[in-house]
Amino acid sequence: MKRLFSFIIKEFKHILRDSRVLLILFGMPVVQVLIFGFALTNEIKNSKVIVIDYSKDEISKKMVNKIEANKYFEIIEHTDNKNIILDYFRQGKIKAAIIFPQHFSYDISNSRGSQIQIITDATDVNFANSIKNYISAIINECLTELVLGKDKRLTILPQIKMLYNPQLKGAPNFVPGVMSMVMLLVCVMMTAIAIVREKEMGSMEVLLTSPVSPVLMIISKVVPYFVISTIDLCLILLLSVYILDLPVQGSLFLLVAESLLFIITCLIIGILISIRTSSQQIAMLISLVGMMMPAVFLSGFMFPIENMPYVLQLFSNLVPSKWFYIIVKDIMLKGAGFEIIWKETLIIAFMMFLFLLVSFKTFKVRLYQ
Amino acid sequence: MDNIIIKTENLTKRFGTFFAVRELSFEVYRGEIFGFLGANGAGKTTAIRMLIGLLKPTSGIASVAGFDVYKEPDKIKEKIGYMSQKFSLYEDLTVLENLRFFGGIYGLKSETIKSKSAELIKKLGMENIARKLIKELPVGWRQKVAFSVAVFHNPAIVFLDEPTGGVDPIVRRQFWDMIYEASESNITIFVTTHYLDEAEYCNRISIMDEGVIKALDNPSELKKKFDVDSMNDLFNLIARKKLLPDYEKTLQFYY
Repeated sequence: MKRLFSFIIKEFKHILRDSRVLLILFGMPVVQVLIFGFALTNEIKNSKVIVIDYSKDEISKKMVNKIEANKYFEIIEHTDNKNIILDYFRQGKIKAAIIFPQHFSYDISNSRGSQIQIITDATDVNFANSIKNYISAIINECLTELVLGKDKRLTILPQIKMLYNPQLKGAPNFVPGVMSMVMLLVCVMMTAIAIVREKEMGSMEVLLTSPVSPVLMIISKVVPYFVISTIDLCLILLLSVYILDLPVQGSLFLLVAESLLFIITCLIIGILISIRTSSQQIAMLISLVGMMMPAVFLSGFMFPIENMPYVLQLFSNLVPSKWFYIIVKDIMLKGAGFEIIWKETLIIAFMMFLFLLVSFKTFKVRLYQ
Repeated sequence: MDNIIIKTENLTKRFGTFFAVRELSFEVYRGEIFGFLGANGAGKTTAIRMLIGLLKPTSGIASVAGFDVYKEPDKIKEKIGYMSQKFSLYEDLTVLENLRFFGGIYGLKSETIKSKSAELIKKLGMENIARKLIKELPVGWRQKVAFSVAVFHNPAIVFLDEPTGGVDPIVRRQFWDMIYEASESNITIFVTTHYLDEAEYCNRISIMDEGVIKALDNPSELKKKFDVDSMNDLFNLIARKKLLPDYEKTLQFYY
């Protein structure tokens, strides 16, 4: 016990004295949550548009007003000069232009139908799509109102309700993703590096000739990172609740328990990597390519898994982060209980035992060469 | 015999078809300074690694401090200290913290560690640097601290793997004073070195070549036996199988 204790104290000192490591361990989660929470969102707010209204009649004005009142758009100019459009796009002044033709109201009122041209900047595909959708929605809304005034029998009014994330904010999607990324970073990469560093320095030899058992040594390496990742977990949750306004809908206890399961799984993966490698660079490379990249691309947090080729979909099942991402999302956003996420939990637990088994096997082989 | 602390009989380590150590048989007596010499690749490190339990022998018998290397490696570990040539101390810890850590993993009590550290620091005159990080210390000091760490828990034997590499002659002299002092307090010293003048400081030396011990005795007997004037000539005779001209010797060795 005393031995374990001396060891853990030493590990903490290694960590606390390396400012770069500290920055990764505590700075990274904060920065990631804030960047993903605020900067990297798919939401569009106050997009600048110009309106060219050749009709300036009742209906066109009504529509322009609606667009103007919408928080997604900011009309920077009303003009009749369509020649400036391309210049404005080139200079990046506007994201969209909306053109109403002449006799807009007249054509509509006389059942001849009319058109509206929407021009968007498609260099950013997602953005252009969102703008198109928003403007179309506004137009449809106006149209419905017009028709409603005349004949109610001809209308179908969609009643849309966005469950769990009514404002369609980006943060709810990113926070669970960031959580799994930070856990991977701290538990897999930093742990693996910490153990491999002793091998690289040659201190492992000295430690192995001491009476400390190798298992004890690994436990003491892992404990500090377990503590730190738990602190990171709290940090991320606090940030998301108080800064990003993203409350935890489900049981906080369940969320923490599931996170601890994931943390332990990651620590075991970190140990496995450290047993099988002998240089810090290789350990880092394996952690980044083998764990981080799948976590970013195949966990569903950046790109929806349903849209991927079938082979990749199958492959994504092997990525622990995917299951953790689903669990966190279900608990945080939907308020799901254990009865809903038990399957995902079981998968992670199974992976944990598998990695544990492999680690033990490899460890024994390496020790008695 | 109770006086024998290390005993090997036909100790062999084979990597594939290559015999790193071949049928090594020797004894080390309690309290002596035993020099383990040999050119690079002669099998010294492999032999040490088998004795301290880092490597499993292919065949043969070996016991350290009365314990069998196959059956009781854990008991051996309690009895030995080890100073490797690659790593000596944690650079981002202070002198005191290194002592505390290594004392801790050998199971010493906190009070013991404290009093022993204080004693050691006073003896070596390290009051000014005790709270400095190892990376701030010159190499000579580091090696002295590293040796102190290796014998901190009072082992029966301490294995020193090229402890004076890259250290200037004055510090090397001081280092050997420390070795003598440890030897007087009945710690057996098992040391490898590349500096042949240091071989003269040992009670007995063995010279290894191609995995086999070619000579083993006290330095003056060996010189007599092989009819050479210096350790250097002896080493050249055995490990290099020929006497090199003087100018080449000066190129190859420190002395």
